[in-house]
Amino acid sequence: MTTASRVAPTPSAVPALPAVDWLLAGSLLAVVGVVVRALLYTPADAALGDVQRIFYVHVPSAILGMYVACTVMAICGGLYLWLKDQRLDRIAEASAEVGFVFLTVVLVTGSIWGKSSWGTYWAWEPRLTSALFLWFVVLSYLVLRDALENPETKARLSAVLGVLALLLVPFIHMTVYLFRGLHPEPIVLKPSKPSLSPEMLSTFLLAIVAFSLLFFALIRVRYQWAAARDARLALEQA
Amino acid sequence: MSTGYRSPSFLRDSWRIARKDLRIEFRTRSGFLSASVFALLSVAIFRFSWDPTAVRSLDLAPGVLWVIFTFSGLLGLNRSFGVEHADRAMDALLASPVSREAIFAGKALGNLVFVLGVQALALPTVALFFGLPLGPGWLAVVAVAVLAAIGLVAVGTLFSAIASNTRLAEMLLPMLALPFFVPVLIPAAQATAAMLAERPLADAVPWLKILGAFDIVFVAACTVAFPFTLEE
Amino acid sequence: MSATSDALVAHGVSRRFGPRTVVREVSLALADGDCLALFGPNGAGKTTLLRLLGGLLRPHGGTVTLHGHTLPGDADTRRLLGVVSHKSMLYDALTVRENVTFAAECQGVRDVRSAVDRVLDLLLVRDREHQPVRALSRGLQQRVSVARALVHGPRLVLCDEPYTGLDDVGARALTGALRALKAAGATVVLITHNLSEGLELATHAAIMRDGRFVHEAGRPTDGFDLPSFAAHYRALIAGGE
Repeated sequence: MTTASRVAPTPSAVPALPAVDWLLAGSLLAVVGVVVRALLYTPADAALGDVQRIFYVHVPSAILGMYVACTVMAICGGLYLWLKDQRLDRIAEASAEVGFVFLTVVLVTGSIWGKSSWGTYWAWEPRLTSALFLWFVVLSYLVLRDALENPETKARLSAVLGVLALLLVPFIHMTVYLFRGLHPEPIVLKPSKPSLSPEMLSTFLLAIVAFSLLFFALIRVRYQWAAARDARLALEQA
Repeated sequence: MSTGYRSPSFLRDSWRIARKDLRIEFRTRSGFLSASVFALLSVAIFRFSWDPTAVRSLDLAPGVLWVIFTFSGLLGLNRSFGVEHADRAMDALLASPVSREAIFAGKALGNLVFVLGVQALALPTVALFFGLPLGPGWLAVVAVAVLAAIGLVAVGTLFSAIASNTRLAEMLLPMLALPFFVPVLIPAAQATAAMLAERPLADAVPWLKILGAFDIVFVAACTVAFPFTLEE
Repeated sequence: MSATSDALVAHGVSRRFGPRTVVREVSLALADGDCLALFGPNGAGKTTLLRLLGGLLRPHGGTVTLHGHTLPGDADTRRLLGVVSHKSMLYDALTVRENVTFAAECQGVRDVRSAVDRVLDLLLVRDREHQPVRALSRGLQQRVSVARALVHGPRLVLCDEPYTGLDDVGARALTGALRALKAAGATVVLITHNLSEGLELATHAAIMRDGRFVHEAGRPTDGFDLPSFAAHYRALIAGGE
């Protein structure tokens, strides 16, 4: 390994951000489209009723916020510790913030769905509880970054946290599942995945695609914003 | 080149650092005293706010015990890197042949003794205040306490190192560490409850497995991660 | 261009702090027994350069070698270092002797007791050896700190404003200790604001500003002309800022 760190060459001028990001606009339209389709064109599940439609928002958010965002944070963090490339840190930063938003959506939609299915806004259901602790971890990640000034220290320490957070996830899952197994609550708790009719399945798949597009579009915009910020700082302090 | 010197040894170096920290703690005593007083006060407060007719002591006590362990442990963990940063003694350590992993192990070992010391005071106090039955389950409870302390200290020492880079170290440490304490806290409380109620050991075993796995994974991970928390 | 007798060599060393470049492509070569006195305004990058020269920081550009080893080195290479700064790097709840013994043991010194005795005598703090550091005056603490740094006989001594807080006795003890080390073949890099103290020991001197050497003097370039260096120093310090 050479003594020079491989760092993305900061541009000599601050890159201009486009007024309209077409990917973001497109993905937002896609999400709106899917929501409309879910609300108006997809039949509701016979057993669970209309509120079940929230599943089309809840599940994709969960997959993206919990699994994708955290994995990206951890992998980019690990790669940063090895390669010391600032770009990796920007991806991790973007992923954490976008992931945090998606996790909040998971908790809110899970709560609403829970209120209608279980009668209560909260219950110690495995996925929801895991999402809650992951939400705390990502929040502490963001707070840690905010508390550090030096960009190198910020990147390095949050990378360590990101990698450890990924190690934590299976333990949280195991703990919550075991806890649930020993303390079953009187009402049926696991929001059962509705048996999907073909229309519901296609809406669900479209929802996954639309939300994934939105997720990546948001990360891309956030990344560009971070790159512009870093370039501006470099010019100010060079 | 090192003919006139001894090679650094992980065991010897970490033991020396742990001994140094414990000696300092023994001389100043402020950390241990405040953590212990906090623990004992908390037990008393929980005892006062407990309605014995509504909840059985065996149902409440394990949770109380582990919440107190966690928070008094955090109090203790906060000081572990403070002494190194005060006069930049850490810089001298980093400029010596001692390996970074040995520094972590030494710090963690010192913290472990500290945490076990507070537990040694808190456990009997909880037993006394909550009128817990003194049976054979207690030996197992002590074993759970040691296992859980190892996990708490591994994670807490690492996050203490991270947090000491910021100005809000005392506030940041609980925020960083508490989500990581969940797979320690819940299994420990559940296992303790099972043991005190003298349920068959098989009830506690799944929880012990999670605790043990957590200890192995995180002691290794935190030791490997520690050098990355140092500026280089 | 580096001679085989060079102990400490830096080639184009740089280091950034975020977007700001703190040390810009500094090069130097020092042999055994040399002492480089480093002057300059605050924020010039002197401390960062010192830490780079000791391998306590990794350069973002360029290389540093110490006795042929590229820095940051392994455990044995770190043993070559002794570090002194205006912070004492001591544990103030422990006694003088305990602090220096701890340092000696960490460095792997074999005969710890006599090494500690020797260095405590050298820095004239032997009579206080069983007092906690916290009970000592700042000047005495600094002397104990120097004892801690030198107990293992380092080959490269890095001093970051070590005279801060030292009284006359202490300053003379420190200068004596550094002179003895130089004579034994150690290389010294000394950051100081005090021109006379710095130049008393120096074989090389440099003024640093904005991460660069803006003026250098000493072997092998033009020999060491003390008055001319002092004049340059006053001009740069007075005229600059």
